[in-house]
Amino acid sequence: MSPWRVVLNKEFLEGLRDRRTLMAALLFGPLFGPLLFGGMISLILGGSIERSRASVELPVIGLERAPHLSERLVEAALDPAPFAGSVEDARRAVERGDEKLVLHVPQDFGQRLRAGEPARLELVRDSSDRETSEAANRVEAAVEGWSREISALRMAARGIAPELLYPMVMQEIDVATPASRAVLMLGMVTYFLIFATLMGGLYLAIDTTAGERERGSLEPLLALPVRRDALIAGKLGATIAFMLIACAICILAFAVSLRFVPFAELGIRPNTGPLVLVQMFLLMIPFACLGAALLMFVASFTRSYREAQSWLSVVLLIPTIPIAFAGLKGMGPSLPAMLVPSLSQHLLITEVFKGGRLDPLFVAVSAASSLAAAGLLVLAIRARYRRESILGTS
Amino acid sequence: MIRVDGLEKRFGEVRAVQHVSFSAADGEITGLLGPNGAGKSTTLRILATVLKPDAGNAQIDGIDVVRYPVEVRHRMGVLPHGAGLYPHLTGRENIRYFGRLAGLAGDALEARLGELTELLDLGDFQDRPAKGYSQGQRTRIALGRAMVHEPANLILDEPSSGLDVMATRSLRQLLADLKARGICILFSTHVMQEVAAVCDRIVVIAHGRVVARGTPDEIRHATGVADLEEAFVRAIGESPE
Repeated sequence: MSPWRVVLNKEFLEGLRDRRTLMAALLFGPLFGPLLFGGMISLILGGSIERSRASVELPVIGLERAPHLSERLVEAALDPAPFAGSVEDARRAVERGDEKLVLHVPQDFGQRLRAGEPARLELVRDSSDRETSEAANRVEAAVEGWSREISALRMAARGIAPELLYPMVMQEIDVATPASRAVLMLGMVTYFLIFATLMGGLYLAIDTTAGERERGSLEPLLALPVRRDALIAGKLGATIAFMLIACAICILAFAVSLRFVPFAELGIRPNTGPLVLVQMFLLMIPFACLGAALLMFVASFTRSYREAQSWLSVVLLIPTIPIAFAGLKGMGPSLPAMLVPSLSQHLLITEVFKGGRLDPLFVAVSAASSLAAAGLLVLAIRARYRRESILGTS
Repeated sequence: MIRVDGLEKRFGEVRAVQHVSFSAADGEITGLLGPNGAGKSTTLRILATVLKPDAGNAQIDGIDVVRYPVEVRHRMGVLPHGAGLYPHLTGRENIRYFGRLAGLAGDALEARLGELTELLDLGDFQDRPAKGYSQGQRTRIALGRAMVHEPANLILDEPSSGLDVMATRSLRQLLADLKARGICILFSTHVMQEVAAVCDRIVVIAHGRVVARGTPDEIRHATGVADLEEAFVRAIGESPE
């Protein structure tokens, strides 16, 4: 067996035997995202679905004065009920939070309507209470629709084409496919995936560098008739292996947890078929190589396990910066974006999720840029391991 | 066979080793004696090829440590000061790992592990995870690790530190056995009695320089003091309080 394989096998075995490493790398890291995501999204979506379906009770003062209004409100999934009391009472009830909304039909409503004068309706609400905005929108839409209908009838009665009322009409053309609507939420999946992948190699990267030095096994190791490149390759290989296992566990966990999210109820259908999962994994391989090299590079400068831990927890955040940036900018896949590791993986995996096709050029550029960055870091690690200060004593 | 000639090493402003020369013969135990910070570890690290000298040269079996480090490592076993084991591997796995890296495999490796079990009296503890070892057990495994590739030269940096009386005795016995096999042993210590008990030759080092060398008798003679400890104190130039 070549020396680098000997090192890889040994580091991998030791990682598996260290319960702390194992739990953090292969259990908490990869499962945290899927569980949180599944639970959180279920709650948010579940809530909004319920709200959109349930009809909301709407107390109305003087409901009997506008019988047709009542029908319109029912059509808009509102449940009008008589409110006993004055407008003042209604105002106080809303202020106290006893009622969310109260609609007031003034005494002269019918009279003004018949006379062709603007008939006023009053909606009492607290606009700072965002929960009421949905119901208030429904009330406004119901009243506006009714009002437009009446004006059209009035114009027609006077021999004027009702179209004159609408010199302009804007129509929205929504091109969002059901799956692309899910993308905003699913973008978080890649965020967790990248994090879990890095977490998977974190402890191994520390243990094989700073840990090795701290416990005094580095010096005899370096005095062995083995090239240092072989040592580096083995340690890096074991770290990458752990990262890829963590990544695979995370992907599978997402495939399961996303099933519990009621996407179908929203008309959203993210693609989580086996082919998509495999594509996600393959896209992550170059990133794992880069991540392992980055963690090992930083850890090789630290003097102790503890120091390495605190530095690397900061380093873990670096790959999430471009993703957050892309999220704010609403960025899609583009050739320049493929040059940025972590961002390119984020965009490509999101694209796969969306059910879109991958541009082979984009995939190639993404992999090449990540591997090139990894290569540079490996050169830096080599230089670091050639220095005497790697022993950390002088 | 170890030869050191005019070795120099500085760390920034600190001249850790200044023109150190000595040699250690096969089948002999050579003690590198000196107070803490005298430059013993730095000298041994240069011999172990993990540090490079600023000047001078060192040879193992006639091979230059700077020019041919890999060949030198094949001929040399190193037990650094405070050497640690891999806690999640057993003692045997620790030794086997180093054996594989040194190029051993299969039956040859397992046979060597068997020999080391006998030589170092490794017993049952070598199949338990190393994290529960006593200092004595740790030192024996670390020695086995250093010797797994059958080196003709052994460099031991303070091997007896942290050992209890029994463990120290068995270490001395072991060194005597290895010497009988013709191995060249160079070890450092700051404990006087140890040198007196096991060394054939002594190199006294202080402030990065060799201040005395020879057999214990020669050193007593040169310093004109009968007591070796007294001689040591004279040699390193401290006034005996």
